[in-house]
Amino acid sequence: MSILTTIELLPLVGVLALIFTPKAQSKLIKQLAVAVSLITLAISVVMALRFKSGTTGFQFVESHPWISSFGINYAVGVDGIALVLILLTTILVPIVLVAGWNESEGGRFSVKTFYILILISETMMVGVFAATDVFLFYVIFEAMLIPVYLLIGGYGRGDRAAAALKFLLYSLFGGLLMLAALIGTYIIATNQIGGTFDLTKLATLTIDKPTQNWLFLGFFIAFAIKAPLWPLHTWLPKAAKSATPGTSILLLGVMDKVGTYGMIRFCMTLFPDATKTFTPAIITLSVISVLYGAFLAIGQKDINSLIAFTSISHFGVITLGIFAMTSQGLSGATFYMLNHGFSTAALFMTAGWMVYRRKSSQIEDFGGLQRVTPVLAWSFFIAGLSALALPGLSSFISEFLVLVGTFTRYPVAAILSTFAIILAALYVLIAVQKSLHGEVKPGNESLTDLGLREKIAIAPVIAIIVLLGFYPKPVLDIINPASGVVMQHAGAVDPVAKAGK
Amino acid sequence: MTTSTHLVYLIALPLVSAAILLLLGRIADKWGHILATLVSASAFAIGVSEFFAMKSRHGDARAATQTIFSWISVGSFKVDAALLLDQLSISFVLLITGVGTLIHIYSIAYMSHDRDRRRFFAYLNLFIAAMLLLVLGNSYLNLYVGWEGVGLASYLLIGFWNQKPAYATAAKKAFVANRVGDVGLSLAIMIAFAQFGTVTFAGVKAGAPHASSAALTAIGAMLLLAAAGKSAQFPLQSWLGDAMAGPTPVSALIHAATMVTAGVYLITRSNFIFDASSTARLLVVIVGAITLLFGAIVGTAKDDIKKALAASTMSQIGYMILATGLGPVGYAFAIMHLLTHGFFKAGMFLGAGSVMHGMDDEVNMRKYGGLAKFMPITTITFGLGYLAIIGVPPFAGFYSKDKIIETAFNAGGTKGILLGGAALLGAAITAFYMTRVVVLTFAGSKRWDEKAHPHESPVLMWLPMAILAIGSVASGFLLASGSAMVNWLAPVVNASGVEGGKELMKPIVVSLLALGVVVVGVAFAVIKYRTVPSVAPEDVSIFTKAARKDLYQDSLNEALLMRPGQKLTSGLVYTDDTLVDGAVRSVGFTLATVSGWVRKLQNGYVRTYALVMLIGLLALIATIWMVTL
Amino acid sequence: MDISNYLFLSAILFTIGAVGVVVRRNAIVVFMCIELMLNATNLAFVTFARINGNLDGQVASFFTMVVAACEVVVGLAIIVTMFRSRRSASVDDASLLKR
Repeated sequence: MSILTTIELLPLVGVLALIFTPKAQSKLIKQLAVAVSLITLAISVVMALRFKSGTTGFQFVESHPWISSFGINYAVGVDGIALVLILLTTILVPIVLVAGWNESEGGRFSVKTFYILILISETMMVGVFAATDVFLFYVIFEAMLIPVYLLIGGYGRGDRAAAALKFLLYSLFGGLLMLAALIGTYIIATNQIGGTFDLTKLATLTIDKPTQNWLFLGFFIAFAIKAPLWPLHTWLPKAAKSATPGTSILLLGVMDKVGTYGMIRFCMTLFPDATKTFTPAIITLSVISVLYGAFLAIGQKDINSLIAFTSISHFGVITLGIFAMTSQGLSGATFYMLNHGFSTAALFMTAGWMVYRRKSSQIEDFGGLQRVTPVLAWSFFIAGLSALALPGLSSFISEFLVLVGTFTRYPVAAILSTFAIILAALYVLIAVQKSLHGEVKPGNESLTDLGLREKIAIAPVIAIIVLLGFYPKPVLDIINPASGVVMQHAGAVDPVAKAGK
Repeated sequence: MTTSTHLVYLIALPLVSAAILLLLGRIADKWGHILATLVSASAFAIGVSEFFAMKSRHGDARAATQTIFSWISVGSFKVDAALLLDQLSISFVLLITGVGTLIHIYSIAYMSHDRDRRRFFAYLNLFIAAMLLLVLGNSYLNLYVGWEGVGLASYLLIGFWNQKPAYATAAKKAFVANRVGDVGLSLAIMIAFAQFGTVTFAGVKAGAPHASSAALTAIGAMLLLAAAGKSAQFPLQSWLGDAMAGPTPVSALIHAATMVTAGVYLITRSNFIFDASSTARLLVVIVGAITLLFGAIVGTAKDDIKKALAASTMSQIGYMILATGLGPVGYAFAIMHLLTHGFFKAGMFLGAGSVMHGMDDEVNMRKYGGLAKFMPITTITFGLGYLAIIGVPPFAGFYSKDKIIETAFNAGGTKGILLGGAALLGAAITAFYMTRVVVLTFAGSKRWDEKAHPHESPVLMWLPMAILAIGSVASGFLLASGSAMVNWLAPVVNASGVEGGKELMKPIVVSLLALGVVVVGVAFAVIKYRTVPSVAPEDVSIFTKAARKDLYQDSLNEALLMRPGQKLTSGLVYTDDTLVDGAVRSVGFTLATVSGWVRKLQNGYVRTYALVMLIGLLALIATIWMVTL
Repeated sequence: MDISNYLFLSAILFTIGAVGVVVRRNAIVVFMCIELMLNATNLAFVTFARINGNLDGQVASFFTMVVAACEVVVGLAIIVTMFRSRRSASVDDASLLKR
């Protein structure tokens, strides 16, 4: 059993342990879950250290027959792109558990169920990034919906059932299209090289253009729903508004990355010609997403919807970088997936604490928090700065890489997207001013500042945001070879500087 | 090029100090200000030693570089975290750390009653670090980090008392206006990378001769936009007046002496771009000329002493930008004016702070009057700065400003006469509004309430003012004697071998003209403000009304950008819910309706179901039969 | 005798059964009609086994018989409980699912 499978299975072992823990022992359950997620984190760090960053191709590969009559294998392996996303997952899960110590209480289901669901999600998130068998990927991609559906519907706020249902239906619709495209690809493979779902083998198929276009769309729409691209985004704000902060972090921070990850891993690798055909349209949609999400974020009154719309804008940037087909764009987009995970986590966490204390998620209800809860206010402020991509923080590097990479090929798209940095300043600073500055609003006078547990949860996230902003090299070194392979496969070459020496 | 190993400490020291002060919190309250001041002073010491080390080297070896680590490297996009200390950056380093340290000292006393003094000093250190990075970075991207860093520090310091909603709004406005400029800087970097494949100053300089003029003009225009945002130049100037919400030392350091001059630095640093594009230079001089007049006119009508000084800053930076647009001859004069301006304007801001300190934070000059008696030192230091800014020989401003006016006249043709005329007119208005400030504040009869007890400020406050006053007196002469500044900067700005344009007038004529208009301006102000009503009169000309309202720039921004933006936002929020999500919901609604109809078929009778099944089966068999027939 | 006559018989029996299921109201009769249909298919199976000369169809008919036996057990039980609760064995009365 490879180290990768160990990371996948560990949370499940935790689930087993939780099942046999008495329901009433909620503190023990929480500690157990945190311990399991920490061990998983430790092992994934070991894996990252053992990862050979200079080389291309998948590492830690493992393959066992699963449904051999259809050529389906349990096949896993990671390259640089998958590795950073798996690390993102294993880092965020313990943070989510520590940050949201109390959010499992008062739900429709028990505390125990909450932690079981989170750990199951962790297994699936790691599995979905590790899968190199397309069918395995699809199965986890769909199965992941179930724990999230239960987490939103069971522990959320407000109109949680409707939000969960909307999320589920949207995602199932996308999954259905993907399944159809998947079967189509399988049939073509059967005719050419024998039935298989192995990613590297499928990448060698020669598919005629019209078919490729249809198959590409099947995959792409599923991914565009997941990593919401305008106009398929409307489930996200509703889900973020209703979900608990922890669920939102996992949903927007990690699971939605499966969408952008899938675009790189499957759309571009399996259908390079179709990718070229659809690139102009996708670039257009991305630019619309960037600006549209930013404008809508400015207009939000609910703090969680605001964060959701900023994410739509940022997902636009990521998609833009992916389909710009330059090494800066692709590496920048991948790095942005990581950074966006941390930056969103910081935002949802701090916003969640604000909401938990104030018992309201309306930005209007806050005000003057800087005086009452300085540490919380600072954390929220830094998270906001990360969302507006301030130089010196990690998101700046990725955003700038995407823009500069896009500019060399699609200058107009890059120029339009650059205007989003003004809008980003507006949506962040308006929210900061309304919630943190000004006189202390009635009802906020006696709010308590962050406790030790909350400080422990936020500190690593902020540390990572700052550190990667100053020294992104270790991560970029992991990502670069992998994105080089994707570029090569898609047949793209960086444009050459016009007036270089 | 010399390789250095300790340039990084210039930035690291204040950065670490800021982090310590912010992270330790209240524990550091007792000694935070001392640490911050010491750190700033030691940065100044490093700067001074670097300066002398540089003087001892010759030729190309004068510039020193340090590569700290490889920062970003993706494909051909390679950016090192690397520093470059050349003749231009060292001038800034000395100004930033020197004036910065003085203002740290001043702030110890000025902020002594504030419960958040430690936080204030942390922000000051953060600012020093970011500003040093801005002038030391060896590539546009490194500069960008410092560029936004000072923007952040400025935001934090303007909003230092952000419990007052107006101050918080001012901070936000400053940041957003700067971000508009940042779009320019971002795009300039992107164009530079697409054109040259590198973003270091050296690389872009090497590639510039091979680039198309359209590309160079585009980069130049974008850099100008960036400079306009940071340096409060037309049309992005409206934030500077509101930025006076910050504590006065901040206004002196950030919004007078250093950060707002970053635009001048950017253009001077990018001289190779502007030298190659006359269109870009033309844009620069237009922006400079408009702003120098704009700021001067606004300055004549402000009653708030800090806002009057802010308008003056805007106008003086207009002079500098104008000078940078005049080609290789202008850069040195721009930087010279920048340095002298750093002395006299910071000194005057500190003087204003000293007056406010003695007058219970009153800022309305109409409530001052006759303060010379009560604040002799402040009056003298402020007065020296005043003489410097209006350009009386032999004070600093005389040397630097006259050179700019002269160079503007020599730009040639109608352009030269227009620019020179604008600069000359600006000098006259400057003399008028600065005299107004001095007369309203220090001369005349007292107009303050009985409650106010004006008194001289403590030594920690007047000492920095005195040192800056000395600078206002002497710096101009020192920098101009033997063309010291011009020769010093020549290797950086490529000025060697450039002949000044044909002289329109002899320098002495220009100086006499300038002096003449200054005398007129001063005389006009003295006569006009012999008596001052303590409440601003309402029956004033439309010009005064316009100047009081910043020539309606705010209203214009509001009408052209803010209101439509808000409409667009609320429109989009509505559209998102009704149209985009509505489309999704209507799919669900349609399905529900259709299934409502189909549901009627399910009548509950087993026999009907059996019949339907049978019919279906028969239909299926029939179909298959027909197909296979 | 032509072996295909068995198939015709099977078809006739099946049709009688199907019509019975659709038109009769008494659950017991419906039930018997279902059994009739099952046996009609059994007959077809056995016939085909004979035609093809192998045992596959006979095996299938055994399965059908087993299933039919199970069905009788469950089905009769349902009918009896239905009769107990509402004193009627009419299938039209058992349209509770609609409500």
